[in-house]
Amino acid sequence: MSVRRLAPPELQPKEFAFTPANLAWARQQMAKYPDGRQASAVIPILWRAQEQAGGWTPQKAIECVADLLGMAYIRVLEIATFYTMFMLVPVGKKAHVQVCGTTPCMLRGSQALFDVCRQRIHHDPFQVSADGNFSWEEVECLGACVNAPVVLIGSDTYEDLTAASFEKVLDGIAKGKRPNPGPQIKRQMSAPVGGPTTLKTVKA
Amino acid sequence: MLDDKDRIFRNLYGQGDWGLEGARKRGAWDGTKAILEKGRDAIINEVKASGQRGRGGAGFPTGLKWSFMPKQSDGRPHYLVVNADESEPGTCKDREIMRHDPHLLVEGCLIAGCAMGAHVGYIYVRGEFIRERERLQAAIDQAYEAKLIGKDNVHGWDFDLYVHHGAGAYICGEETALLESLEGKKGQPRLKPPFPANVGLYGCPTTVNNVETIAQVPDIMRRGAAWFSSIGRPNNTGTKLFCISGHVEKPCNVEEAMGVPLRELIEVHAGGVRGGWDNLLAVIPGGSSMPLIPASQCHDLKMDFDALVALKSALGTAAVIVMDKSTDIVRAMARISYFYKHESCGQCTPCREGMGWMWRVLTRMAEGRAHKREIDMLFEVTKQIEGHTICAFGDGAAWPVQGLLRHFRPEIERRIDQYAANPHPEPVRVAAE
Repeated sequence: MSVRRLAPPELQPKEFAFTPANLAWARQQMAKYPDGRQASAVIPILWRAQEQAGGWTPQKAIECVADLLGMAYIRVLEIATFYTMFMLVPVGKKAHVQVCGTTPCMLRGSQALFDVCRQRIHHDPFQVSADGNFSWEEVECLGACVNAPVVLIGSDTYEDLTAASFEKVLDGIAKGKRPNPGPQIKRQMSAPVGGPTTLKTVKA
Repeated sequence: MLDDKDRIFRNLYGQGDWGLEGARKRGAWDGTKAILEKGRDAIINEVKASGQRGRGGAGFPTGLKWSFMPKQSDGRPHYLVVNADESEPGTCKDREIMRHDPHLLVEGCLIAGCAMGAHVGYIYVRGEFIRERERLQAAIDQAYEAKLIGKDNVHGWDFDLYVHHGAGAYICGEETALLESLEGKKGQPRLKPPFPANVGLYGCPTTVNNVETIAQVPDIMRRGAAWFSSIGRPNNTGTKLFCISGHVEKPCNVEEAMGVPLRELIEVHAGGVRGGWDNLLAVIPGGSSMPLIPASQCHDLKMDFDALVALKSALGTAAVIVMDKSTDIVRAMARISYFYKHESCGQCTPCREGMGWMWRVLTRMAEGRAHKREIDMLFEVTKQIEGHTICAFGDGAAWPVQGLLRHFRPEIERRIDQYAANPHPEPVRVAAE
């Protein structure tokens, strides 16, 4: 398990409140679960709070979600620290880059991607780059192993990367032109390179 | 090779339309009403007769699992929960179903829900699959709109289906941890018994199934148990999605018959081992939790449940991780240990403390900075973790280390000898720390 703590007080914003649109969305989520079981919606709603707060989860957002769901603060706090997709410190404004380092990606050369992150963003994970736009971390298996190595940026995965194509993806994001997600080589999703060996008789 | 007409996932690579119209053209939602009208027992018996075993890793017979649900409701609602928390390193099959053929899953949920008396289903998607859950939600919306599911739908079995998601915890793939997470808590597994079929989600009867398992059910019901069980061999029937990753020329997902030879998977579909078959060092046959198999046992290996158990490994999720001779095998397995250290939920002491311990020792062994007696000590520790935790996570983390020690002990000893033969200023540490 990993030990995770909230960001120090000087980084914490003074307050957090959902926008009306997000609040309406949150109430929709709560309606998915039986009466009295609204706590079930805590992960999706805290996630939305993280998106609203700029990609990380401040303490006030945790408390806001707890109040909304009628949960004790500690119950939401332990959600935020247990689930590693909740970022507890501020991340890059344009992108927080999550590079998979687990064995299948490691076998396909994820080390080169970490080198790119270290040189280009910051030597250490969870540190924001000098221009404030990027941060990175090593994550565990992203679940796209036949397209390794893989990174997750925001909602999209970039797959079949090399150091060069990864740099291109980051260049695109830095310029505000987000490149197409998915495989960064010529390939139909998870089919073998050069075309599927099966399903040739199935009409699309 | 499996004939295309026997494949269930015919939009595996997203080459066609994922939506309702495309899915209907491929045969989904055809005769669903007639299937449901057969009734609960008939559906369960058909799935039992097909011999389908769960596709999520443990391989428990699906029909049998469904039959554990109470026949009569005691007033508590029944729930179907679909485990789409696909996080086992090497595995990326459910992702393809959710983003390219989601209607098979939605239809399967309706049929499974009817078979276990559930009017509500939740699909728990891992947090990282953001586009996939958007796609799945879009498919569910289409199904609601066409009145295929929901209240008063055309099939006559009221069924509400919701997408839920996690936020990056591998342990939530364990069924009771998943239920905890779905209830809005930390994903820490529950003690069993009581089993979820009696006390599951919100204390109500619940069955948790894998995405692939559920998505296969409509085809089993449409084409019949005899068709499904004619593929593969007894106790290992049907088709399976295989994920071939690592050191192959063309890593890919492919649907094949259960029991397909490993060599055929690698050479026909994945373009062969990098540098040729003779360059193979080892494979992990079923996701990172399963013990590796050295090349010497791979030549005529058939990929099914029983054949792999005979080699002291298991089919798991059928995620084949191929490693060629350039692999630093100790380091590769140490990275898997790091994964388990990172993902342990921390509830049971043998797992919480053991994961980090195994990782630290393996990291030293990768450099040769260890004593030979520590190899036996490491094996002993894996045996003390295995079977001594609430859930199977401890087992799944101990097995890959045991596999390494079973097959690559000489390699570790060689590194220790090499390190010892060279003078070093720092003394070699001992595992007790």
